Amino acid sequence: MAGKELAPLPAAAAGPEADVLLRMQADLRRALEKPVAERRWVMVIDLRRCMGCHSCTIACIAENKLPPGVVYRPVIDEEIGTYPHVSRVFTPRPCMQCDSPPCVPVCPVAATFKRPDGVVAIDYDRCIGCRYCIAACPYNARTFDFGEYYTEDTPALQPYEKAPTYEYGQKRVRSGGASPVGNARKCHFCLHRLEEGMLPACVTSCVGRATYFGDANDPESLVHELIGRPNVQVLKPEAGTMPRVYYLV
Amino acid sequence: MRAARAVLYGLWTVAFALGLVGVWQRIAYGHTLAGYGSYVVWGLWVAAYAYFVGLSAGSFLFAALVNVLNVNVLRPLSRTALFTALVSIAVALLAVLFDLGHMNRAFEVFTSPNFSSMMTWMVWLYAAYGILLLALMWYERNGNTGMVRALYTVGIPLAIAFPGGGGALFATLSSKPYWHQPLYPIFFVVGALLSGAALMAALASVFWPDRSDMLHVLGRTVLGLIALDLVLEWAEFSIPLWYGVSPEKEVLMQILTGRFWWVFWVVHLVLGSAVPVALLLWRPHHATCVGIAGALTALTFLAVRLNIVIPGQVTPELRGLENAFSDHRLTFSYVPTTHEWLVLLFLVAVGLGALWLGFRYLPLIETREVETHERYS
Ligand code: SF4
Ligand code: SF4
Repeated sequence: MAGKELAPLPAAAAGPEADVLLRMQADLRRALEKPVAERRWVMVIDLRRCMGCHSCTIACIAENKLPPGVVYRPVIDEEIGTYPHVSRVFTPRPCMQCDSPPCVPVCPVAATFKRPDGVVAIDYDRCIGCRYCIAACPYNARTFDFGEYYTEDTPALQPYEKAPTYEYGQKRVRSGGASPVGNARKCHFCLHRLEEGMLPACVTSCVGRATYFGDANDPESLVHELIGRPNVQVLKPEAGTMPRVYYLV
Repeated sequence: MRAARAVLYGLWTVAFALGLVGVWQRIAYGHTLAGYGSYVVWGLWVAAYAYFVGLSAGSFLFAALVNVLNVNVLRPLSRTALFTALVSIAVALLAVLFDLGHMNRAFEVFTSPNFSSMMTWMVWLYAAYGILLLALMWYERNGNTGMVRALYTVGIPLAIAFPGGGGALFATLSSKPYWHQPLYPIFFVVGALLSGAALMAALASVFWPDRSDMLHVLGRTVLGLIALDLVLEWAEFSIPLWYGVSPEKEVLMQILTGRFWWVFWVVHLVLGSAVPVALLLWRPHHATCVGIAGALTALTFLAVRLNIVIPGQVTPELRGLENAFSDHRLTFSYVPTTHEWLVLLFLVAVGLGALWLGFRYLPLIETREVETHERYS
C-alpha cells in the first residue's frame, strides 16, 4: 500500500441541493460575519421527519452536562388513535426563545434577559434561584438545577458528571452549591457553540435531519426559506409569546 | 396550670430541635432533600410564605382598625396584633429565603432590582412594611399617639397592597390558567383579613377570656369573613366549571376529587369553615368556642394556600410532557418531604417563640390595658 495515493473524494454538493447540515454550516458562517444584533437565530423542526429517537435530547445533555431534573430538549411522544389504528407524533421541545418571553419580565433581579440575537439567556451568577421564571414559562421549558448527580448513589460518582460545561461561554464545574447549581436552566440554542461557528448539538445529532437552524435575517438561509412555507406553525400561538422555534407539519 | 405550661415548653423545645434538623439539612444538602421539582417548582415553603404574609397583613389591619377608626372594643388587642404582624412577616420572609436556590444572593433584589417583576415589588413592599412596623412599635412604646395614628394610616394601603400583590404575583402568570384570574388579589386580601381576624380571636380568647364584648365582635368578624371568602371561592370554582369546558377544569377537578381531595373538603371546608361557623353561631360570647373557632380557621388556612400554590402547577403546559423524560424531578406530582415539614416546623417554632418572648418581655398585654384606660377614659 505504501506510496499509493488515495483518490480524492468527490466534492460535496454546495448550494440549495447540498446536505442540509452543510448548507446550515455555510449559513451560520455568513451570519457570524454580521454584528450580533443583526443575526436572528431561529430553529425549525420538521415534525414529519422526526422519528422520536431522542438523540437530540441526549446530545444536549452530553453537550451541556445536564444533571437530573434538568432537560433542555425533551421529545414529547403522543399516541393518536385507538389500537390497532394508532400513530405516534413526536414533538421536540427546546426553549422557544420567545420574542415576547414571559420568563424575562418576572425575574426579580434581571438575571434572565433577551439578547440582541434573540436568545433568552440566564446570568448564572446573578440568578437567585427563586424559580419565578420557571413558573412563568408556558412551555415548561425551564428547569431547576437541584445539585444532584446521576451516579451519586452508585459506588463512585462518575467523572463525566463533573466535567465542565461551557454554557454562555463560561467554563463551570458543577460542585457544591456553586452556579449553575441552584439556578434556573434552559436551552440557549448552544450559544457557546454558535459563537465558535458550530451548529447547536441537537441540530448536528438529529438522525432524521428534522431540526434546522440559522439566521432568519438572511434571505439565502435554509431557515428563512422554511419559515416562509404555508405549513409552518408555532406552539401555543395564543400565549402571545411569539416563539422563534417553528414547526413544519 | 404549671404542668400544662411545662408540657407546652417541652413541645416547643422538641419542635424547635426537630426544626433545627431541617434547617441543618437545608444548609448541608441544599435543595436535594426537597420534594418539589422542575415542573412543580414551588411547594410547601412558598405556600407557608403566602400564609404567613396573610396572617401578618390581617393582624396589622386589625391593629390599624383600632387605631385609625377607634374601634375601642378591640383596643386591648392592638399591640398584640402589631407584634404578631411583625413576627408573621419575618417568618414569611424566612420561608421564602429557605426556598431560594442562592440564599446568599437575596440582597440582589435590592441592589439590582427589576421593577417589572411582581416579586421585586413584593420584596420592596415587605421592606417598607417591616420598617413601618418597627417604627410603630417604637412610637407605641414612647406613647406618641399622633405618630402611631399617622403610621397606621399610611400602613393601611400598604397592608392591603402586599397581600393583594401576593395574589398578583401568582395571578399575573398567564402560563397558569388556575392562577391567572383577576379575582386573585382580592381573594388574597380577604384571606389575609380572615386568617388575621381568626388568629386575633384565638389570642383574645386566651388572654382576655372575660371580655365577651370583644370576643363577640371578633367572632362576628370571623363569621362574616368566612362567608365572604366562601362566596369568592364559589365564584372561583363555579364559573370555570359551569359548562365543564375550560382550561382550569382539570386543576379544579384535581382539587375537588384528586388525590388530595380531603385537603379541600375536610381540612378547609369542614375544619376551617363549617366547624368554626357552627361554634360561632352556637356560643358567640363563649371564650373557648370563639377561641377554638379562631384557631381552627387560622391554622387550616395553610390548606387554602397549599390549594392555590400546588394545583396551579400540576398540569403540564404541553400535553404529553409528563412522559417525555423519566426523572424524579420532572414529574407533575408533588408531596412535601419530611425535610420540608421539618423546616416548616422550625418556622412555626421560631414564630411562636418570638410571640412568647414578646408577650413575656414586651408590654403587649397588661400595660396596654392600663394605658388604654388612662388615655381614652
Ligand atoms: S420558551 Fe419559556 S423559557 Fe424559553 S423564552 Fe419562552 S418563556 Fe422563556
Ligand atoms: S430563578 Fe433566576 S432567572 Fe429565574 S426568575 Fe429567579 S432569579 Fe430570575
